[in-house]
Amino acid sequence: MPVPEHLEFFIDPNRCIGCQACVQACAECDTHRGYSMIQLDYIARSESPQTVPIVCMHCESPTCAEVCPADAVKRTEDGVVQSARKPRCIACNNCVLACPFGVPKMETPMELMMKCDMCYDRTSVGKKPMCASVCPSQALFYGARDQIERQRPRSRPIHRFLFGRQIIVTKVHLMVPFESPVAPMDVIAAFRETVIGHVFGPNFSAETMVGGGK
Amino acid sequence: MSLQIPDDRTPDGKPESEQPQWRRDFPIDWPEDNYISRRDFTRFLVLTSFAFAVGQTWILAMGSMGRGEDRQGRELVASVDDIPEGGAKTFTIKGTKEPFLLVRMSENTFVAYGQKCTHLSCPLIPQPEMGRLYCPCHEGAFDLQTGHPMMGPPRRPLPRVRLEISGNKVYATGVEDHRL
Repeated sequence: MPVPEHLEFFIDPNRCIGCQACVQACAECDTHRGYSMIQLDYIARSESPQTVPIVCMHCESPTCAEVCPADAVKRTEDGVVQSARKPRCIACNNCVLACPFGVPKMETPMELMMKCDMCYDRTSVGKKPMCASVCPSQALFYGARDQIERQRPRSRPIHRFLFGRQIIVTKVHLMVPFESPVAPMDVIAAFRETVIGHVFGPNFSAETMVGGGK
Repeated sequence: MSLQIPDDRTPDGKPESEQPQWRRDFPIDWPEDNYISRRDFTRFLVLTSFAFAVGQTWILAMGSMGRGEDRQGRELVASVDDIPEGGAKTFTIKGTKEPFLLVRMSENTFVAYGQKCTHLSCPLIPQPEMGRLYCPCHEGAFDLQTGHPMMGPPRRPLPRVRLEISGNKVYATGVEDHRL
């Protein structure tokens, strides 16, 4: 049974309070076998407590599946990109490195790539994903579009992202401030900014570490 | 829903029909994925061979059931006057559907054989003037005296019907089946 079309997933990082409830709930989903598929990212930990929950965006043209040499990553008819199929996955980590959002996780003990599958056992029968059902501030929202537009008039959903020269269209939406001009949002723009605090990025090198640099 | 934009489903934005062959061979969408794993293929091979083996055993068992069975009892086939010299008549024996052929070779000589060619079961044509039963399918022939194959593909003799003539009547008393 496919995921109902009128129910959509919205991520609203503005509302994230970093409580880790989604991370814990995710591990309890039956399709995740006790592994949590969500990671809670700190934007700039020394500057701000702001966190962002990272769930799979379920791209229209999934980069993880494009790079898979074993043809193991598949998308179901409702647009949900599933974890790698166990008989095919060769644990090569290509998808882990290629995903613009850093979603796939390599579960080395099982030699299997696992990723957020929007709790397929729940959403395919009309329930909310685990993370959206526990999120106290509804930074992870799963429901009808008119409902979120009514409840959050100061935000608008976007689903187009820029990754290098690739435009990524996703099934999951990201809520951005209503007036903000971003469209599409550049996923790796942060890489080109000056590093703040102790965040590791391309600007980070052994020299800055030894010299106690910038 | 955004899923209906077809061009976004491929990285270069071109429609599915303009994509290279390998992309159609290895589709990302689960419903289009017809990949057969090695295990599925092995399972198919094993089950198919098993089915063939069972089928062959069954054919063998069915074939051996009716083999070499001598039918007893007397059964009226024809009266002598019905068949002219060099003439023939088909008949069946009670309890079977197999056709048999009664041939009058001379005034007092009658022979009867199964009418099915032992090669591929074509009906035989009696040719008493040439002393044979002829199979038109593959140019086979059986000796009218003995029922043994003379030419063509058949290798096994015809089942022979034992006859008994008493008075004016011809009776069948049994079938000698030489089937392998």
